[in-house]
Amino acid sequence: MSDITLNASAKVAEAVPRSAPISQVGFVGWLRTNLFSGWLSTAVTLALGYLIIRWAIGFVDWAIINAVWSVPNNQTQACRDLRGTGACWAVVTEKHRFILFGTYPYEEHWRPALCIALFVGLYIVSAMRRFWRKELALIWVGVLTLIGVLMWGGVLGMPYVPQERWGGLVITLILATFGLALAFPLAVLVALGRRSKLPAIKALCVIYVELIRGVPLISLLFMASVMFPLFLPEGMNIDKLLRAQIAIILFAGAYLAEVVRGGLQSLSRGQYEAADALGLSYWQKTGFIILPQALRLVIPPLVNTFIGFFKDTSLVLIIGIFDLLTAGKTAIIEPAWQGFGIEVYLTVGAIYFIFCFAMSKYSQSLEAELNRHRRH
Amino acid sequence: MSQTTIDPRSLRTPPRRPLRLSWSDERVRAIVWQILVVGIIGAIVWWLWSNTVHNLEVRRIATGFGFLSREAGLPIAENLIPYSPTDTYFRALLIGLLNTLKVAVVGIVLATIFGTLIGIARLSKNWLLSKIAGVYIEVIRDLPLLLQLLFWYAILQGLPGPRQALHPVDGVFLSNRGLKLPWIEWQDAHSYALLAFALGALFTWFYRRDAIAKRIIDGRPRPVWPMALGCMLVLPVAIWAAAGAPWTVDWPELRGFNFRGGLNMSPEYFALLLGLTTYTAGFIAEIVRAGILAVPHGQWEAAQALGLRPGQVLKQVVLPQALRVIIPPMTSQYLNITKNSSLAVAIGYQDIVSIANTTLNQTGQAIEGIAIIMLVYLSISLSISLFMNWYNARIALVER
Repeated sequence: MSDITLNASAKVAEAVPRSAPISQVGFVGWLRTNLFSGWLSTAVTLALGYLIIRWAIGFVDWAIINAVWSVPNNQTQACRDLRGTGACWAVVTEKHRFILFGTYPYEEHWRPALCIALFVGLYIVSAMRRFWRKELALIWVGVLTLIGVLMWGGVLGMPYVPQERWGGLVITLILATFGLALAFPLAVLVALGRRSKLPAIKALCVIYVELIRGVPLISLLFMASVMFPLFLPEGMNIDKLLRAQIAIILFAGAYLAEVVRGGLQSLSRGQYEAADALGLSYWQKTGFIILPQALRLVIPPLVNTFIGFFKDTSLVLIIGIFDLLTAGKTAIIEPAWQGFGIEVYLTVGAIYFIFCFAMSKYSQSLEAELNRHRRH
Repeated sequence: MSQTTIDPRSLRTPPRRPLRLSWSDERVRAIVWQILVVGIIGAIVWWLWSNTVHNLEVRRIATGFGFLSREAGLPIAENLIPYSPTDTYFRALLIGLLNTLKVAVVGIVLATIFGTLIGIARLSKNWLLSKIAGVYIEVIRDLPLLLQLLFWYAILQGLPGPRQALHPVDGVFLSNRGLKLPWIEWQDAHSYALLAFALGALFTWFYRRDAIAKRIIDGRPRPVWPMALGCMLVLPVAIWAAAGAPWTVDWPELRGFNFRGGLNMSPEYFALLLGLTTYTAGFIAEIVRAGILAVPHGQWEAAQALGLRPGQVLKQVVLPQALRVIIPPMTSQYLNITKNSSLAVAIGYQDIVSIANTTLNQTGQAIEGIAIIMLVYLSISLSISLFMNWYNARIALVER
C-alpha cells in the first residue's frame, strides 16, 4: 500500500486538484438538478414561476397596497368603491373583538382572553414529553376548572356571565378541549371493550362505534339540538352548548376508539401472554402493561384525529352555537358590512390554521422521534 | 389469511370444570360483568325512551311515518327528477337523496383525479412543483371544510351578475348565478349509443378475463385492444350514425336577466362541489403519495431488469402493489366526501339533510326526520364499504 502511494505521489503532485464543474455543484448545480433538469421540467418551472409571481403580485396589490385598514364609524363606502381591487380589512379591525369573544360583555373581555391563553399554555405543557406523567391529568383538571370559573364568574368580584353570552374563539377551544378530555377515556374503554372476550360488551362497543362512524356529525348535532330535549324528563333542560358538547364527545369517542384499537392490535401477543403468566388481573394487565405501550404507539395518529376534531367543532355553526366561525359569519350580517365575507373568512381561517398547523408539525416531529427510538 | 396455520396447542381445550358460584370463577365474573353493563345501558335507554314517549304524549306529537305521504309544500331549486311543491314529503326527501348522491358521486370522481395529480406532483423531481403541491396539501388540510365552503360561496356570490359574467372560454359563463356550460341536446340516439358502450365494456371485460385465463394455460398472449376498440368505440359510433348522427350543442346565452340553455350549475352546488373536491383532494394526494412510496425501489429495478417496458412496469408491478396500500384509506375518504356533503345545509344546497331538516321543522317529527337522515347515511356508508371491501379483497395479496 505504502509503496504504491510513494510511486504515485510524484504524478499526483503534478495534477492540481480541480473542483467539480460549476454546473454540478453549489447553487447552479442545485438549480440544474431540481428546477431545470430537462425540457419538461424547465417548462413546468417557468410556467409555475410565472403564475406564482403574477398571483403573488395580484394578492399583494389586493391585500396590502389597495387595502382599506379602517373606516370611521361604519362608513363602508370607501370599501365598497374598492370592491374587487382592494381588501377591506376595516371589517376585521372593527369586528375583531366580536370574532374573538362573541357577545361576551365588553368590559369583561379579559376573562375569555385569559382563558385562551390558559388553553394555549395547557396545550404547550401537554405537548412536552417531560410532562408526560400522571400529574398531567391533575394539571388538566385544575386548568379546566379555572377556565370554568373565569368564564362563568360570579365569584371573586367577577360578575356572572350566562352561557348564552359566551362566544368566539373561546367556544371553539372549549368544545375541542373538553370534548377531547372526556372523549379520550371513553375511547379507551370502548377500544378495550371491542377487543374484550365478553360477547355482550363487545357487541355493544361494535354497535356504538359503527353507528357513530356511519353517520355525519351534523346528524348527531341535529339530534342534540332537536331530539335531546325529548329524551329528558319534563322540566329538566340542558343548555344547548352542553348538548352540542355531548354530541361531540360521543362522536370523537368512536373515532378515537378506532385509533386506540389500532394500537392495541399492533402490540405483540407475547405482551398479553407475559402479563397473564405473571398472574396479573385484567385491569392490572391493561393498566400497567398494555395501555402504556399501545397509547405510545398511537400518539401521532391521535394528534391527527385531534386536528380533525378541532376543525369539526366548526360544524356547531349549523345548530347556531356561537363559535369562532359562527362569530365570523355573524359579523358580516350587519348591512354595513355585508359582502366582506372573504376578508373575514381569511382571518378566521388564519386562526384555525395556526392551531392546526402547529399540531400537524408537532405530530410529524413526534412521529420522527418515536420512529428513531423504535429503530435502535 | 395469515391464520391458515393453526397452532396445535390451541386445539387442546382446557379441561372443563363445573361452574362454581364463586367470584373467583372467571366465567361467573364474565357473566356478572356482562349482565351489569348491559343492564346499566339498558336502564339508561329505557329511561330515555320512557321520557320520550311521555314528552311526545304531552306535546301531542303523533309518531310514525304517516307524514311522508302528506303534501310537502316546500320549494326545491334543484331536482334531477320532476318535482313540484304539491308533491309529497317522500318525494321531496327522494329529491334530497338524489341531490346528495349527485354531489357525492361527482365529488368522488373529481377528488380522485385531482388528488392523484397532486400526489404525483408532490413526488415530482421538480422542486417548485413538489413544494407547491406540499403547501397546497398542508394549507387545505389545516382549514375546516365548513370555512372553505363558506369562503367559496362568498367568492361566488361576489362575482358580477349575468350581464357582466366572466367569460373565459366560448360558451362558459361564470356569474353570481352559477356556472353555465354548453351541453349536447340529449336524444334517443345518444341513449342507444351509451347503452351499446356499456354492453361493449361488459363484453370486453369478460373477453379479457377469458384471454387471461387462456394465457395462463398456454402462455400465448391474446391482444384485448382490438375487441375493446370494436365493442366500446366502433359499435356505439356506428349505432349513433345509423340513428342519423344527431349532434346539436345547446349553448347557454344571455336572455334578459339570466341565461337560457346549456348545463346549469347553481352557485350552491358549485361551491359545495369545489369545496369538497379541493378539500378531499388534499387528503387523497397524501394517500397516493404514501402508496407510491410504499413500493420499494427494488421493485422498479427488478421489473426493469426483467425487460418490461416502462408502461408494463407501472401497470403490472408498481400499481398493483401501491393500490393495496391506497385502497383502504381511500375508502374512508370516499365515505368522508359522502358524509361531508351534509355540510350543504350551511350554504343552502338542498341535500337530504337540508330537506329532512325543513321537513322536521314543518311537521315537528324530529325523531323520524333524524332517523331518516341516519338511515340514509348508514346505508350509503355501508354500500361504499361493502363495495370497497370487495374490491380490496380482489386486489389483496394472495398469500399461501
